Amino acid sequence: MSKFSTKRSNTVPTISTSSLPDIIFILLFFFMVVVKLRESNLKVKTITPYATELTKLERKSLVNTMYIGRPTPQYAPIYGSKPRLQLNDKISNLNEIPLFLERHKVKLPEGQRPGITTSLKVDGDVTMGFVSDVKTELRKAGQLKINYSAKKRTERSGY
Amino acid sequence: MFVKKKKRNPEINASSMADIAFLLLIFFLVTTNIVEDKGVLVRLPQWSEEPPEDLTLNTRNVFTVLVNAQDQLLVRGELVKIQDLKTRAKEFIMNPTKREDLAESAKEAIISLKNDRGTHFKQYLAVYNELKAAYSELWNEEAKKRFRKDSIEECNKEQQNEIKREIPFVISEAEPTSFGDEK
Repeated sequence: MSKFSTKRSNTVPTISTSSLPDIIFILLFFFMVVVKLRESNLKVKTITPYATELTKLERKSLVNTMYIGRPTPQYAPIYGSKPRLQLNDKISNLNEIPLFLERHKVKLPEGQRPGITTSLKVDGDVTMGFVSDVKTELRKAGQLKINYSAKKRTERSGY
Repeated sequence: MFVKKKKRNPEINASSMADIAFLLLIFFLVTTNIVEDKGVLVRLPQWSEEPPEDLTLNTRNVFTVLVNAQDQLLVRGELVKIQDLKTRAKEFIMNPTKREDLAESAKEAIISLKNDRGTHFKQYLAVYNELKAAYSELWNEEAKKRFRKDSIEECNKEQQNEIKREIPFVISEAEPTSFGDEK
């Protein structure tokens, strides 16, 4: 007769779920931090085209974003159906570009200013005429580093 | 008789906490859209009020690409499909068979891109992308040949600069012609 008799009940021990909320909360916070909330609601439709030669925009603080596209159906009665430019939250004219760039620039220290990149989110179906006008305006304002936003194309078929 | 119940700390049932947290998590996953922050990096030329001086370039060194309002490509006077653009550009830049009508050397090669105002942006970007791809493939080949590296990213800064000096990416964009502009 052994002294150390192993007493084991036949019932399955219940798994403690008390730490589950904590795990889920950690997940939740992780996603909230990682996912960047869209700061401006879009009034223009921008479905960016596909490309292969992509560069990742490294520093978010050095990037300002311009949206070019046709106004969404909701805003079409106000702004028409021609391609428009959206800066921050509102549909803007081309002559507002220098001020927009300047406002972003003054927030940054002098040393970082040459690294400022303008990210152009342009709808694939917009014609180049309007895009060229924006480009000319950017050149006049001295903002030469630009980045045409695009999605990664995987197979070679989708031109 | 009124006997007061003995006060005990009631335990809070926390089993629904997980469900609440799950709901929150799913809510955030649905409402946020992960912004794609990738794109084709382009450097625009400096703006100058004066019209650019007329450079007389040897025509064999210029690779003209015209994209019209119907999104068709005219490369050096020939109608070309976009699928063939990259191989054409690579052949032009390196000129492996030393043809008379292609670039004298990679250093001299210039790509001239011109589009109409009616060209669609996606076509323009596709063309730009192909030209960029041609150069990056050439750079990678050069990296393999010179430094035995698989790609230019694996080279150090000096080597990268050396490759880019040897095969510079020169693209000249003309003002678009006003065909097909939206009224």
